[in-house]
Order: sequence, then C-alpha cells, then structure tokens
Amino acid sequence: MCQCCCSAEPVVDPKAQKLAGVFSKYRGEKGALIPVLQAAQEIYGYLPKEVLESIARELKMPLSKVYGVVTFYAQFHLKPRGRYVIRVCQGTACHVRGASQIMEALQEKLAIKDGETTTDLKFTLESVACLGACGLAPVMMVNDETHGRLTKDVVLKILEQYE
Amino acid sequence: MRRVLICAGTGCVASGSRKVTARLKEELDRQGLAEQIKVVNTGCHGFCEQGPIVIVEPGDIFYCQVQEKDVPDIVAKTLANGEVVDRLLFKEPGSGQAVTRYHDIHFYAKQQRLVLKNCGHIDPENLDEYLAVEGYEGLKRALTTMTREQVIEEVKLSGLRGRGGAGFPTGVKWEFAYNSPGDKKYVVCNADEGDPGAFMDRSILEGDPHAVIEGMLICGYAIGADEGYIYVRAEYPLATHRLRVAIAQATDRGYLGENILGTGFNFKLKIKEGAGAFVCGEETALLTSIEGNRGMPRVRPPFPAVKGIWEKPTNINNVETFANVPVILRKGGSWYASIGTERSKGTKVFALTGKIINTGLAEVPMGITMREIIFDIGGGIQKGKEFKAVQIGGPSGGCLPKELLDLPVDYDSLTQAGAMMGSGGLVVMDETTCMVDVARFFLNFTQKESCGKCTPCREGTKRMLEILTRITEGKGEMTDIERLERLAKVVKNTALCGLGQTAPNPILTTLRYFRDEYEAHINEASCPARVCKELITYWIHQEKCNGCTRCARSCASSAIAGAAKQPHSIDPAKCSKCGVCIEKCRQGAIVKLTGKERQLVKH
Ligand SMILES: Cc1cc2nc3c(=O)[nH]c(=O)nc-3n(C[C@H](O)[C@H](O)[C@H](O)COP(=O)(O)O)c2cc1C
Ligand code: FES
Repeated sequence: MCQCCCSAEPVVDPKAQKLAGVFSKYRGEKGALIPVLQAAQEIYGYLPKEVLESIARELKMPLSKVYGVVTFYAQFHLKPRGRYVIRVCQGTACHVRGASQIMEALQEKLAIKDGETTTDLKFTLESVACLGACGLAPVMMVNDETHGRLTKDVVLKILEQYE
Repeated sequence: MRRVLICAGTGCVASGSRKVTARLKEELDRQGLAEQIKVVNTGCHGFCEQGPIVIVEPGDIFYCQVQEKDVPDIVAKTLANGEVVDRLLFKEPGSGQAVTRYHDIHFYAKQQRLVLKNCGHIDPENLDEYLAVEGYEGLKRALTTMTREQVIEEVKLSGLRGRGGAGFPTGVKWEFAYNSPGDKKYVVCNADEGDPGAFMDRSILEGDPHAVIEGMLICGYAIGADEGYIYVRAEYPLATHRLRVAIAQATDRGYLGENILGTGFNFKLKIKEGAGAFVCGEETALLTSIEGNRGMPRVRPPFPAVKGIWEKPTNINNVETFANVPVILRKGGSWYASIGTERSKGTKVFALTGKIINTGLAEVPMGITMREIIFDIGGGIQKGKEFKAVQIGGPSGGCLPKELLDLPVDYDSLTQAGAMMGSGGLVVMDETTCMVDVARFFLNFTQKESCGKCTPCREGTKRMLEILTRITEGKGEMTDIERLERLAKVVKNTALCGLGQTAPNPILTTLRYFRDEYEAHINEASCPARVCKELITYWIHQEKCNGCTRCARSCASSAIAGAAKQPHSIDPAKCSKCGVCIEKCRQGAIVKLTGKERQLVKH
C-alpha cells in the first residue's frame, strides 16, 4: 500500500479502524482497560507501543498504568507472535504424565525456547498451567484447538498439520 | 423420540466429537431418519478420557471413544434396529466386562450427581432444555414465595460451604453482604479456576451454564444486588462462548434484565475474561482485576462483602457454589443438609487425574473416603502400579500417603491432615512419582505466579524453590530440611494472601509423609522414584538386550552404540535422559539407575 503523502486521500488502516470501533464500544465504561487490551491484541496479534499509546490517550490514563497492566498478565504480549501459538500444558495432571518431555520435543523441533517465536513468525511456543482437559493429559493447544493424549511422535505429526 | 447425545465439551471436541456429530447428521439425512432422531450436542460428562462420548436415549446406551468411522454402525444397528454395538461399549478396568447402560458403569454408579446432573444430558445452548429439567424453578420459588431473608435462611440451613477453596459457609457470607449498607451491590462468580489439575468449573460452565446464572440471580435477590460479573479464565474459550449464549437467551426470555418474572427484580450480568494470572483467583485480586488494574490482592478486612468492586458491597462465590444454589431452593435446605457429614454438607465434585485409570469428574457426597473415590470410582492405578500419594487441593493443598486413604473427605479432616479441599483437584501419584519433584513442581508454579506485592511470598517462594531444586539435583544438605521447614512456617504465617499462606503446604505435607525421600536425595544422591534427572543414569542390561537396535535408532542424542544382535550400551556423557529408549525397548532391558547403583556404569 502507498504510504507516502502524495495522494489526497488519507490512507485508512483497517486495523486502526477496528481499534476505533473498540474504543467507541467501551467508551465511558468502568474497568474497560483489560477488555480493550484484549480486543486490541486480537486485532494486532500483539500490543505494539503505538497501540498502547493510543489506548492510554483514549482511556485518559497514564501510559505507565497501561504498561503496568500489560506486563502483569501473562496473556498480553509486547512482541509479535507466531501465526500458530502452541500452548503446552505444564499443569499437575500433565506434569505427572510426562508434559515436560512434550515441551522438550517441541523446543528441539522448533529450535526455540518456552516463550519464544520462530524467526519466520510461524510458531510461538508457550507453557500454560492447565487447559482444563486434564483427562487427556498431556495436552497442548494450537490456537483454539486442543490436542490430547500426546506423545513425542504425536506432537511432531500434529505440527505438520499446521502449514 | 430417540435422542443421540454427543458430548461437545473441551475434552471430547479435542478427541474429534465435532466430526462425529457432522457425520451422524449426514448419515441420518441420507437414511431419511433426520425427522425421527434428534441429535443433541451436550456439555461434558466428566469422563473425558473415554471421549468422544455418545449416549443413545431411551435405553441409556453409553458409547465411548467413538470415531467418525463408527457412525454408520451406530445408525444402522442401534438407531435403526435397536441393537447395541459391542465394540463401542465401555469395558470395566480390571474385569474387562462391557457395560451397556450409562448408569451401570462403576465410574458413574457410585456418584451422586446434583451439580453435574444436567451436564451431558441437556443441550447447554438451548434454554428450553434447561427449563424442561426444572430450570429456573428455584429462582421462581425465591422471587415469588420467599422474602430475601428467607432465601438467606434457606441457604444457611443447607449448610452449603464455598467450593472455591476455603469452605466458608455460603449463607453466612450472603448475610454479610445483605447487612452491608448501600443501595448498589454486586454479585461476582469466580470462574478463574486456576488450580492446575481441576476442571469441574469448566465442565459446569460448558455443560449447564444456566444453573450458574440461576444461582447468581438468587444470590442477587437475597443480598439486594442488581448487577453481576462472571470472571472466566482466558484459557476457557468454549465456556465463555456457552455463557454468552446462555446470558443472551436468559435475557431474551425475561430471566435476566428488568422486572424478572414480573416481580420487579432487576439483574444484569456481564462476562469478564481473565488475562492469565493465577493470583486473580484470590477474591480481592479478582475484584481489582475486574476494575481494570494489575490483579494484586489486598489486606482483608475490609472483606468484599463490605468493600468490593468500586468500593461497593460485593458477594463473591465459586462456580460450583452457585451451581448448588438452584437445587437447594427447589428441594429445600434441610433436604440438602441430609447429604454429607456433620460439618460438610452436600456433594463435592472432584477432578480425578494423574496415574489413575478412570480420569474424570466425580461428584460424591461429602464424607466418602479417598479410597472409594480412587479405587471404586477411579478404578485404581494405571498399569498395575502401586498407589503412592494423592495430591489434593492444587498448589495450596498437600500430598496424602496411602495410610490416609481411609480418611473421610470433608473440609475439616483434609485441613487437619495438612492438605485442603481447595477446588477439588485430585492428582493420583504412583511409585514412579518423586515427591520432592512434586513439591518443587508446585513451588515453581507458586513462585512464578506470586504477584510480588508482599515480601514473604515473593522472596520466600523463591528461596524455597532454590532449596528444593538443589535437593533434586543432589546438591542438598541435611540442614536444608530444617531451613525449608522454618521458611515454610514463616511464609505461611506472614504472607498477605492465600497464595503465599498456602504455598508451603506441598512442602510441609511431603516432608511430613515422605521425609525419607528427601533424605535419600540428600544422603545417598538417590531418587527412589527415578525421576530427578541429575540423580539417574540410563543403563542397558547386557544380558537382556538382544541387539534389536530399536533404541539406538530412536535416540535423538546418538548416545546408544552397539552392533546389530549385540548388546548395546549408552554413553552417559551424551545421554539426555529423555526416556524414549525405554519406551521403544521390548525386552525391558533399559533401566534407570540411581544412588549406589550408578557405580555399575563406572566400570
Ligand atoms: C491464590 C488463590 C487462588 C484462588 N483461585 C480460586 C479459583 O480459581 N476459583 C475459585 O473459585 N476460588 C479461588 N480462590 C478462592 C477465592 O479467594 C474465594 O475464596 C472464593 O472465590 C470464594 O468463593 P466460595 O466461598 O464460593 O468458595 C483462590 C484463592 C487464592 C488465595
Ligand atoms: S493439567 Fe494439563 S490440562 Fe489440566
């Protein structure tokens, strides 16, 4: 898309437009910061600095407060994330059924550590504490899909499904 | 009309139940049976390990691990001809006997399902199905025939205690909020379910969301609140979706909103999605999180009943607590109080996980023994191994040994044993679980989740974790045990909130019941369960190895050498101790050595 200022038409960024929609939905609502951040992250995939700044402006609060909330919760991310987010359960039920080996297999295969993203921005690897599917332990989620009864072999096959 | 109930809970969906549903509908269309047979997507049966689960009514036929390819048989045999497809029936562990009827399966037969009654039996996205099983009758009774005080009395009479952790009497809590002055009050449902290994709240929300809403409405009426929040964990997208649908339907039909059931009572309900912080399950942290802040706890008093969200009186209860309320109002407090023990009334849902045969949700009357839960309902330990311990109550709870298997399960006896009811997660451990490693696992969890506001928890959990890590690495000293005990007591007594106050429980209980394991790690550099990597060496039994090369081919670290048909050996310097070779070996020739045994490898 043309980014220069030669055209008379202002360039409309569809993401910014969506964010504006979020602002108007929550305008005047008490305790809106967290849902606004969640919606913004849904739009951008993560929370870039400029977005945090506009949220602070819009909700009339200091940027430091926004930043404080973002860094408190595990769900918010300040760096770009992969198209597929793999969340490997390290909860109790999964732990006693060998979840750490699943994590190791993924780290080895993707050559990244817990919390990192592959350089091609395809996969992000994270650990979580319980996905609520303990009956199928060990368990992982790729985006919104839950996979259970994992073994090292199964995990590697599952990865191939996501191209 | 025949109904086919297909579970659409998180567990069964992960095992492929959506595909089964789609295929079944297709097949019924093709055979022209779509008019006579109703396909219903239900919530969780609590037996996720056996998923996808399909039930055919009438007849109560229970099929498990159903895959797409099984659908034609179900249609042709069961639905068209009333025959049972034997291969899809559940087989009792041990006897191997196939069971046809749902209620005859041991796992269910010993349960008493009040809260989970509808889960798996109604379509959670259809309000009419809830209404057909006396849904919203409790609310009706409260609003049209009882005063607010009478509702509180009824709940007090029932003896219901909070299912979210501490077990505070629910009626008394409501009374506090009722007595707090103010014209604006809130009701909050704690659906943060942070305890790893517990998933009953998720199941209730996915399987019977209206029951939770009804419980909240009754509470709202009783304490005089007109607004409520449900705080749901970010990791539960399906539960959130079901709640959204339920709230919209209830609002549509006049069970939520203005002038509910024509009685002048108003109540609106909002969902707040959590953002991934365990400490937000703590009530004061949860309330600040709803307000849009960093979810850190604060000192109580003032309790939420006096100063809650935006300083207004707020009553906060757990999902399961609220889900108990409608049945209490329908059947009466004294009926409810007839179930359970002297001081713990009603039922409790436990999440059975770990090395147990039947993993799943079991709702049992309070006072049942741990042995009945684990061996009768849970079917005992997997792979014929020996029971070692059960961890109850999550990171705040403790590990109980086999000597305590006959302990009646209720709030007070568990607390006395050093554990706690917590959310009701039961993680069963066998001889291959290292208790020091378990303690380290929980400390690692609480240390990461500590919000850092108070020093005892922030620093104490870190130091305790360091000591435990040292012990699991074989670098511990005997004085470490005393140090741990002292530190644990200090943190327990001085931390600001429940997270820190209970974080030492896993250490204190493992020290109390499994001290010998700590000592083995320290004195003999031995991990009796052969779990702690630094203390074990993989070794191939030269006489048993037949040189099949399976292990060598599967070793990612190329640590295994040996010619075909000759005994192989492992180079300890290269071995990453991942355990794949043991899985691959058919001879049982690969073993883990620990302690003195490791000297074998040296020469
Ligand atoms: C660290 C911590 C985590 C907690 N997590 C939860 C939780 O996930 N769900 C819950 O219902 N209660 C949780 N609680 C207990 C709540 O603080 C509170 O006691 C409970 O929601 C009250 O509801 P109840 O009386 O119905 O049990 C937690 C407490 C602490 C200290
Ligand atoms: S512990 Fe892994 S899903 Fe619950």
